Amino acid sequence: MMAPSTNPLANPEPDSASRRDILSKIIRVGGLSAATVAAGLWLRGRSRRPEEEVAITLKPNFLVSADARYPQMVVVYGEDPRALVRKALDGLGGVRRFIGRGDVVVIKPNIAWDRTPEQAANTNPLAVAEMVRLCLEAGAKKVRVTDVSCNEPRRCFQRSGIASAASAEGAEIVLPEEHLFRQVNLRGDVLGEWPVLEPFIAADKMINFPVAKAHSLTGVTLGMKNWYGILGGQRNRLHQHIHESLADLADFMRPTLTIIDAYRVLIRNGPVGGDLGDVELKKTLIAGTDPVALDAYAAKAFWNIAPESLLYLKLAQERGLGKMAFDLS
Amino acid sequence: MRPQTLRKIRLASQVVFFGLFIFLLIKTEFHGSLRSTATEIRLPYPVGIFLEADPLVAFSNVLSTHALYHGLLWCLLILVPTLFLGRFFCGWICPLGSMNHFFSNFKSERKRGLQRIESNRYKKWQTLKYYILVALLVAAAFGGMVVGVMDPISLAVRSLGLSFLPGINYGLNAFLDGLYNSKLGALRIALMVLQFVLQALILSFKQPYFRQAFSLGLLFIAIMVLNLRITRFWCRALCPLGALLGFTSRWAIFGLEKHTEKCHDCNRCALHCQGGDDPVPGAPWRKSECHLCFNCVGDCPEDGIKFKFFPEARATVDTPQLQRRRVFAGVAAGVGLLPLLRSTSGFAVESDPRLIRPPGALTEREFLARCIRCGECMKVCPNNAIQPTFLEAGLEGIWTPVLVPRIGYCEPTCVLCSQVCPTGAIWEITSTEKIGSSQGDQNKKKPVKLGTAFYDRGRCLPWALATECIVCEEWCPTSPKAIYLHPAEIADGQGVVKTVRQPSVDPQRCTGCGACEHVCPVKDHPAVYITSIGESRSETNQILLRQGGRGKG
Repeated sequence: MMAPSTNPLANPEPDSASRRDILSKIIRVGGLSAATVAAGLWLRGRSRRPEEEVAITLKPNFLVSADARYPQMVVVYGEDPRALVRKALDGLGGVRRFIGRGDVVVIKPNIAWDRTPEQAANTNPLAVAEMVRLCLEAGAKKVRVTDVSCNEPRRCFQRSGIASAASAEGAEIVLPEEHLFRQVNLRGDVLGEWPVLEPFIAADKMINFPVAKAHSLTGVTLGMKNWYGILGGQRNRLHQHIHESLADLADFMRPTLTIIDAYRVLIRNGPVGGDLGDVELKKTLIAGTDPVALDAYAAKAFWNIAPESLLYLKLAQERGLGKMAFDLS
Repeated sequence: MRPQTLRKIRLASQVVFFGLFIFLLIKTEFHGSLRSTATEIRLPYPVGIFLEADPLVAFSNVLSTHALYHGLLWCLLILVPTLFLGRFFCGWICPLGSMNHFFSNFKSERKRGLQRIESNRYKKWQTLKYYILVALLVAAAFGGMVVGVMDPISLAVRSLGLSFLPGINYGLNAFLDGLYNSKLGALRIALMVLQFVLQALILSFKQPYFRQAFSLGLLFIAIMVLNLRITRFWCRALCPLGALLGFTSRWAIFGLEKHTEKCHDCNRCALHCQGGDDPVPGAPWRKSECHLCFNCVGDCPEDGIKFKFFPEARATVDTPQLQRRRVFAGVAAGVGLLPLLRSTSGFAVESDPRLIRPPGALTEREFLARCIRCGECMKVCPNNAIQPTFLEAGLEGIWTPVLVPRIGYCEPTCVLCSQVCPTGAIWEITSTEKIGSSQGDQNKKKPVKLGTAFYDRGRCLPWALATECIVCEEWCPTSPKAIYLHPAEIADGQGVVKTVRQPSVDPQRCTGCGACEHVCPVKDHPAVYITSIGESRSETNQILLRQGGRGKG
């Protein structure tokens, strides 16, 4: 049995709410509903159809002024890939003509495939390393080596030998990580807004360092095709208008210097290869400031393709990116 | 040694082994090195050591294959000490056990004081695990490794590796992205430091995705939540490895000695008992249930419980007390399991065309006799290509590996999955074996073939849409290329006749790596796709009659 005095339910006089209590409760609930209504209206006003990432429009400029004393292009031969780079640069007037003190230099080799140096699907690692060394020697603040690989990037960077060789010379290796891409308006004929790896638009000097390979669509893949590797996204659609795409890219990326590695040349089964039987030892390096002439020369020299038959070269020449006619004086 | 010290050492052992387990799981991934010049890629750590040291994996591997695969000999490291000591593995090493232990310590409504003591008394249902073990081992003896579904190490690797770690990776990256987009300069510096640390410790280079990650994770959470009701419910009632080690403990010379004369019936010894094994005087102590956690020794205020070699053990039960009928039921379940599973899945009769197994995988029958669905191969694949199956390999083959080329293709020189497989379901191969010998070689060795590529000409750009493409041919990694191009004239929508190069596949050269399917620009449903036909592991899943009279029926 419970004593009646301790049972709250048995209390005959329930507390009557005071006026002040009622008022404060009304203020609280009223304020809360007013705030809810206000928040709803404010949020409704914010409603917009979501927009895609705003693309940056820019036109990188990596060019150095022309110098009549030096040729636009040199072709050098030799046993040692490192010596070839030095020889080519000497022929063009020395590395200091291109690289100044404090420059941020980006070297863009082909590191697209999970292949070893002997298979010649990627740029020669020793040649890349030598270029890194020369740039730093010329006073460059930073030399970055990067590419947007096709195969798994870490495997490509390691197995191509480029990451270890270039970092041993002091280069900064940049893996194509997802957060490093910026949406850029390329303002091309077929290429509009594409994700571009940031180092390619944040540099003072740009060295395009492709390897010469066979390719079924363009016949060859040389310098200009190498610019595919600045893009992320679904670049497998570029092939549908490959010549226009190549011209657009070459127009966007005008490099300080182009060096085509033709030490080992993947003569068939490009651009991936896989069999050493597809590789020919040419021990050649082609370097210069006219990307059109360089590609024209390599196509003619290794595959005997008339430059005029390559539509992308014609388009590039029409846009004033260079001249197909090469002069090897 | 003081009882408290012993308990601390046990805790330290649990922490160390759990840490090691997680570390190795995180390292079950190719990270690459910017300094290494190695072209043959191997993992620097023995990432599968926990699976290899798992006596249940080894035991069922022996039963189903009548041999012991490579690294499984490490199981002796656990098995032999268990013969002497009892189930020390459960209390000191097992990462799943340690996680169960951890969650069992959470304060819970249903486990207070007397309730807790009562719930830690031995229960008959704890013998369930032995019947489960019997059924799984019998099934293994008939060539089906369903045991992998319940093996604790396999379960932990699968759940944490395919579900939790990718989830944590996603969460951390989202957090870092949030910081990255912030306007505060100081925050960005903090971010860089944080990113550097996290990348070194845990972050994957690319966000991995796994099919069924959610349900795998949910299952794991359910197992953990059970601990809130009954301490280490999984270990006491379900774990088949615990059961195997329980059987093995019967010969142990180490054990509990109760000094009844000192006891004041305070029951504290039962308060934190992990195995549910009645350390209380007056009740029998069972070798097979004790995890050797030493909580009872530490909790006894009278120093009345001792663990020692050759204990005086009048009230000790050596073997699990099983009911003969239930053992028969377990055997019957094991005998019936495979026939039932295989009669529904149509094993080998109607196989799923998309059941593309990783390179080195044995024939389906031998594969299922080995694969424990641990998920190591899936975790290690640098292209995230290997995924857990749902019903592609029948219900029997649930969570076994399948290659999904649309997510990732199989890199020709990569053999990491075959290196981490603990049981040889994916037999260890070298990259040279995988790619075969080159063109000029006299004793030409064929590459490992996973399947064959086929074109859907109604969707292929040059075939159906009068548009140039060739991306599949560009990526084709064989030499000479298995995809060849043929120029053809085709009219577009305006009636303009164009010449485009149309791709076709040479089934002799195609290795089924899936690179073509992976890169086909027809993104939603690719115009070129791989099916398993022609896979080198199968004699019967073939299209072509081989030349040279070597073809088999």
